[in-house]
Amino acid sequence: MKIFVLVKEVPDTYEDRRLDMETGLADRGAGQVVLDEITERALEVALKYADANPDAEVVALSMAPESATSSIRRALAIGAGSAVHVVDEALHGADLGLTATVLAAAIRRGGADLVITGNLSTDGAGGVIPAMLAEHLNYAQATNLSAVQIAPDAVTATRETDYGSQQVTAPLPAVVSITEALPEARFPNFKGIMAAKKKPIEVLSLADLGVTADPAEAPQTILTAVSEKPPRAGGVKIVDEGDAAVQLIDFLVKNRLV
Amino acid sequence: MPHYESPILVLIDVTPSGAAAPSTAQLIGAAAQLGTPVALVAAPADSAKDAVDSAVAAGAQLVLTTDVDDGPIAVPIVDAMQAAYRTVQPDAVLISNSIAGRDVAGRLAVREHLALSVDAVDVARDDEGIVAHHSVYGGAYLTHSAPTFGTPVITVRQGTIDTRAKSAPEARVEKLTVEPSGAAVAVGTVVEALQIASSRPELRGARVVVSGGRGLGSKENFSLVEDLADELNAAIGASRAAVDAGFIPFPHQVGQTGVSVSPQLYVAIGISGAIQHRAGMQTAKTIVAINKDPGSPIFDVADFGIVGDLFTVVPQVVDALRGRKK
Ligand SMILES: Cc1cc2nc3c(=O)[nH]c(=O)nc-3n(C[C@H](O)[C@H](O)[C@H](O)COP(=O)(O)OP(=O)(O)OC[C@H]3O[C@@H](n4cnc5c(N)ncnc54)[C@H](O)[C@@H]3O)c2cc1C
Ligand SMILES: Nc1ncnc2c1ncn2[C@@H]1O[C@H](COP(=O)(O)O)[C@@H](O)[C@H]1O
Repeated sequence: MKIFVLVKEVPDTYEDRRLDMETGLADRGAGQVVLDEITERALEVALKYADANPDAEVVALSMAPESATSSIRRALAIGAGSAVHVVDEALHGADLGLTATVLAAAIRRGGADLVITGNLSTDGAGGVIPAMLAEHLNYAQATNLSAVQIAPDAVTATRETDYGSQQVTAPLPAVVSITEALPEARFPNFKGIMAAKKKPIEVLSLADLGVTADPAEAPQTILTAVSEKPPRAGGVKIVDEGDAAVQLIDFLVKNRLV
Repeated sequence: MPHYESPILVLIDVTPSGAAAPSTAQLIGAAAQLGTPVALVAAPADSAKDAVDSAVAAGAQLVLTTDVDDGPIAVPIVDAMQAAYRTVQPDAVLISNSIAGRDVAGRLAVREHLALSVDAVDVARDDEGIVAHHSVYGGAYLTHSAPTFGTPVITVRQGTIDTRAKSAPEARVEKLTVEPSGAAVAVGTVVEALQIASSRPELRGARVVVSGGRGLGSKENFSLVEDLADELNAAIGASRAAVDAGFIPFPHQVGQTGVSVSPQLYVAIGISGAIQHRAGMQTAKTIVAINKDPGSPIFDVADFGIVGDLFTVVPQVVDALRGRKK
């Protein structure tokens, strides 16, 4: 079984994240970048299956700027067998539609039985890429899974819907997305880090994939305005000396909140 | 189908019991800001009637209906939306930014080659066409997005748009013919409702939210949050640490990977205010925090912060509020 895990590099959420005020795009120079935690969890789902099924092949796939190589190495150090890195100048600021087209082309090229993604990326928070991939590839789709069992011909899983959970079965080939209810990824150990240096990273351009980013080709979503809100300032801070509840109620009354 | 001026196609989310989801009124309200709301109800035949009535009451001028089976996930609704899209030829497609809605929006955009904008907090029309407004990085930025050409598919964050359409006495209901695409599909069982419907307000769009964090210490103690919420007629939220510890189920999680809320009043109890939590609540009008650590980052955004033990302060607040009511 060949499993593609979609890993994404994102600005570290523990820092103040910034947008470039010219373009409205994430300002990658502003702080640290990390492998999105949810995509590490997706990788863990694949590795857990590979632990028990040595013939399984786990490929980490990412569309990201050239600078993302160290994040992709991290996916290899955690345990992916190889990686595919789609890099192209023309992808700077790619919208969801172009991102999905490119990722689908890379998956088609590699030929996957199963694609595992996060349910939401922490920077874009689109939550649509997995469904878009399923449509592109005509794979069965099961999104927002909180428990996953992989078998040779199907994935059975618990899916969190808007109204509660359900059991789902997706015949392979399939695209599934997982939630943060699934376990964190194993930590890369020294051996993994050393091994990762020798694992292959295939770097692909748009031309390699036969995809064009030409805006005349398909409609794209563009940012037409960006503005920054002044940061919120703290207000009153009191130390409870027995009358904090009374003071709080005064505050709520004064502000017509009760 | 009669001609409608600038039709805006809206997908109604239908709950497992056949009701229209709470997002219905805001989606149709948003559509009315842009043109004529046309709604699609794609649900099992026996359960769709309530949803159709709700769509009409919310102001849809035309409601298209089609029966879909219960088991297959997303694909039958995508097929129905595709048929509706081709029939209506709308200026924009509005879909709730729900789990179900995002699946349909993504697939429809791919299938019909449309530009996709997600998680809009408002929609508008300017000289160039239809624009979606977004609140990014926990409300630190506002952005506008638009398609380079063609009809945009826009998912709308739940509980953010206050505009409501007038219900149309001349509204029509028509059956839509749908050709199944035959796309590969996963199948699911009937959804087990998470909890019995609570009388508390829905978290999304709530006017007041009371949230609890790891500081509550246990599931039993979390009832303190519920007591205060009931006195304030509030929805209940939580930090990820509280959800991970099993104090309360995930749908109550507020923050970057949970729900984003913008209430009039947000009360954070035993929550440190990690950046990922603040990302989901710092656009609240007024923030109150109760935390025993004066260095907690939650105090940087709180309008009224109490440095104190929640087990002392919260029961006193609850008692005082009860006293006021007498
Ligand atoms: C990618 C990613 C996404 C995330 N998404 C989210 C998200 O959506 N939502 C979210 O909330 N978090 C999210 N987190 C987690 C976040 O970083 C924090 O770990 C989490 O918010 C902490 O929850 P907490 O404030 O309840 O717990 P803690 O940080 O442990 O804080 C507990 C607080 O309770 C106080 N306390 C303890 N006892 C008492 C007492 N008796 N009286 C008064 N105060 C007391 C303590 O002083 C402390 O400040 C995310 C993290 C990552 C990496
Ligand atoms: N540029 C990308 N490269 C690789 N995977 C991605 C990329 N963008 C999104 N994904 C995957 O799709 C999931 C959902 O992303 P999104 O739809 O952007 O919220 C993420 O958790 C990733 O697994």
